[in-house]
Amino acid sequence: MRPFSTATCDIENQQSAKSINLYSAINQALHIALETDPRTFVFGEDVSFGGVFRCTTGLADRFGKSRVFNTPLCEQGIVGFGIGLAAMGNRAIAEIQFADYIFPAFDQIVNEAAKFRYRSGNQFNCGGLTIRAPYGAVGHGGHYHSQSPEAFFCHVPGIKVVIPRSPQQAKGLLLSCIRDPNPVVFFEPKWLYRLAVEEVPEHDYMLPLSKAEVIREGSDITLVGWGAQLSIMEQACIDAEKDGISCELIDLKTLIPWDKETVEASVRKTGRLLVSHEAPVTGGFGAEISASIVERCFLRVSNFIYFVLLIEYYREPIQFFFIESQAFHCTNNLILAPIILNILASTLKTQKEENEKNKKVQTMLTCLCGDKRMHAAEWN
Amino acid sequence: MAIWWTRSSRTIANHIRKCMNKGFMGGAVVKQSSWSSTVQSCSLSSLSSHRLVPQNCSYLHSLPCNRATLFSLQRFKSTVAEGQLDSFFSSDSDDEQLNVLARQSLDFPGGKVTYTSEMNFISESSHKRIPCYRVLDDDGEIINMNSDLQQVSKEVAVKMYSDMVTLQIMDNIFYEAQRQGRISFYMTSAGEEAINIASAAALGEEDIILPQYREPGVLLWRGFTLQEFANQCFGNKADHGKGRQMPIHYGSKEHNFFTISSPIGTQLPQAAGIAYSLKMDNKKACAVSYIGDGGTSEGDFHAGLNFAAVMEAPVIFFCRNNGWAISTHVSEQFRSDGIVVKGQGYGIRSIRVDGNDALAVYSAVSAAREMAINEQRPILVEALTYRIGHHSTSDDSTKYRALDEIDYWKLARNPVNRFRCWVQSNGWWSEQQETELRKSIRKQLLQAIQVAEKTEKPPLTELFSDVYDHLPSNLQEQEKQLRETISRHPKDYPSDVSV
Ligand SMILES: Cc1ncc(C[n+]2csc(CCOP(=O)(O)OP(=O)(O)O)c2C)c(N)n1
Ligand SMILES: [Mg+2]
Repeated sequence: MRPFSTATCDIENQQSAKSINLYSAINQALHIALETDPRTFVFGEDVSFGGVFRCTTGLADRFGKSRVFNTPLCEQGIVGFGIGLAAMGNRAIAEIQFADYIFPAFDQIVNEAAKFRYRSGNQFNCGGLTIRAPYGAVGHGGHYHSQSPEAFFCHVPGIKVVIPRSPQQAKGLLLSCIRDPNPVVFFEPKWLYRLAVEEVPEHDYMLPLSKAEVIREGSDITLVGWGAQLSIMEQACIDAEKDGISCELIDLKTLIPWDKETVEASVRKTGRLLVSHEAPVTGGFGAEISASIVERCFLRVSNFIYFVLLIEYYREPIQFFFIESQAFHCTNNLILAPIILNILASTLKTQKEENEKNKKVQTMLTCLCGDKRMHAAEWN
Repeated sequence: MAIWWTRSSRTIANHIRKCMNKGFMGGAVVKQSSWSSTVQSCSLSSLSSHRLVPQNCSYLHSLPCNRATLFSLQRFKSTVAEGQLDSFFSSDSDDEQLNVLARQSLDFPGGKVTYTSEMNFISESSHKRIPCYRVLDDDGEIINMNSDLQQVSKEVAVKMYSDMVTLQIMDNIFYEAQRQGRISFYMTSAGEEAINIASAAALGEEDIILPQYREPGVLLWRGFTLQEFANQCFGNKADHGKGRQMPIHYGSKEHNFFTISSPIGTQLPQAAGIAYSLKMDNKKACAVSYIGDGGTSEGDFHAGLNFAAVMEAPVIFFCRNNGWAISTHVSEQFRSDGIVVKGQGYGIRSIRVDGNDALAVYSAVSAAREMAINEQRPILVEALTYRIGHHSTSDDSTKYRALDEIDYWKLARNPVNRFRCWVQSNGWWSEQQETELRKSIRKQLLQAIQVAEKTEKPPLTELFSDVYDHLPSNLQEQEKQLRETISRHPKDYPSDVSV
């Protein structure tokens, strides 16, 4: 098997950069991946003419039909085929046309790709597999072109789940995923395919996986998100600042295995955490983050954790907001900014009461569980 | 007029083809614009010399019904037919007796299809069931010396027979070990020894095996030792799989045998991917994926066959149709004439073979392999057989099938006995060799079990390794927590696991 590497390079040392959108950044990454390793393949439904989102434009022309090709309309086939290809030491880049249609391949991802190395005692692996899928709401997708299914996959040890927030991130992270020696599910925010434009270095670079990034430093509250949500949260931070609230914003980037340390360090500083994701709240990955953070720095989190579900795309009326992107922007900011303000106002005002409450909870937990409280007390 | 041109429609179509972009769908890249169903202008102009296309519009108006006919002369860009589907499925006929309709054809993206005025539903099954290829009769004698039988040398035949016997004895001893509580689970291959060994013998060592689970004989043939089998079943630290899976989930990189996975059918689309990689590397090897009759109802079966056909991947899909999927009889599994007929639905060449006839399996798989590799295409083999044993040690098959049915297959149709008759009739095997072999294998197995049982279990660290290539921080943390818990409660953890 070929050793894959995830050595990263500095994007600051860029030679030249151009302003491009997110799908073009993905396209650049795929070009580089195919160019730099002849054992790389790109395939999926309709990829050979460029894909329904144009991410694979020009690849078949450049690298030939045997390396970039259409597959039958069958997601379990696409992923199963990709696993086989990867198991032979190839980099198999499989496209699932929409994240909403990844479920026929669920078994191949959960029971096969994720467990391929472990079950064989490391005799075999399909680490060269990367599954790309556009996710999230854009405003007119209805139930089946809008979902954010990342949480399903975050329950699966053996795969990595990565979601980029911007063109520059998308290119560097995708190249890391393709070259990572583990199977990766890479969700692309389709809302941003055309909308997000950013300077993207033209050369081959990789961004580290399992490394969160503090995008904006602040002292009052920590905001954690990923993918398309980041642009909305960033706007909310700016709005909150006008009201004198200092927000720290973190892009998680890799959902599993995730960078607890960065989030923990931030929450230790601010004492408050807000997680925002586009997926449903119940059983969402935000719950995992909050549980882990509560466990790690329980007494530091003065006001526990808050969730915001930004988009309940199941509800038809809300979709009206999405039809025009302008409305979409300000709607979300209008929703999010006051929520953040409310949380902060109530916590700051009743800080004393909260402290009292926390003491009571602490006493209660001391009675309930064993050694853990000692750790918690130490941290405090 | 319609009659005249439809008779020559093939020539015309050929002519038009030449005019068309040669690379279209035939290998070169499809441009975005080619998705629209526009007509190539060259085809129209070149046709005018045949005086087939009326230049004058009023003439067209006078023949409104023939417009489709007129257009069917032109080949649309989205029509794949070019040298591909037409040649596979030619539906043209020169038979003068055919009516006018029958001689017209539809230029469909999937190729040319003739019309018929008869409303015929295709029958759900053919008149006769697909016959089963056989070389040896029930007494182990060759039925037809002139049959296209693959020659088997004495050396290969004796090894085949010895391995079939070894597999039988291994099954008996491991089965007993499970009954005694020494291993947690077992599955026998009883009744399918010929399938196991003969299919393996017909393959090359570089051919890559994707097993279901009732094919340990393939590993045995390739040199996986009895000790290695035992180590896996006992889940000790010498097991290649590091003791992580249930017994019988073997895997060996050295023997090009992918690790068995419990979910049924998942290996089929993977086989297509593996075979595609062999194809890209121009290897003279194929992928071989085994599946049971029950497994053919899984979506992955259909995905695997279809992908392999479309990708022209060298795979042999070997279906062991043993009549049962746990307690589900084949009549509750599908309504087709078994598995062999399903191949055609995917454009895959297929054969039905007597799975209890080692020579037939050997010949069929040899031929399948040659076609798969030389012609770069998948082949489907359906072997008819019977699962003599219970599904697994967790099953009692007398609850759902008659004892005399089992006995019939065990005694009257036993594949090992049948092959032995043939080997013996060649003077290659004796009663004495038989006794010695059985005694020696038995001894080796008992010893292997003892060693496997005494060998330590894999250390605790193997619980966490290999989830990823490196241990991520969350697993490091969980491993640390587990060690702390164990050190606090050492008595609650097995003493034979090193921490
Ligand atoms: C996806 C899946 N569903 C159910 C099972 C449980 N199961 C294990 S073996 C089996 C029957 C398989 O029958 P068949 O494919 O005919 O193989 P045979 O046991 O006859 O060799 C079933 C249902 C499974 N392992 N995987
Ligand atoms: Mg069966």
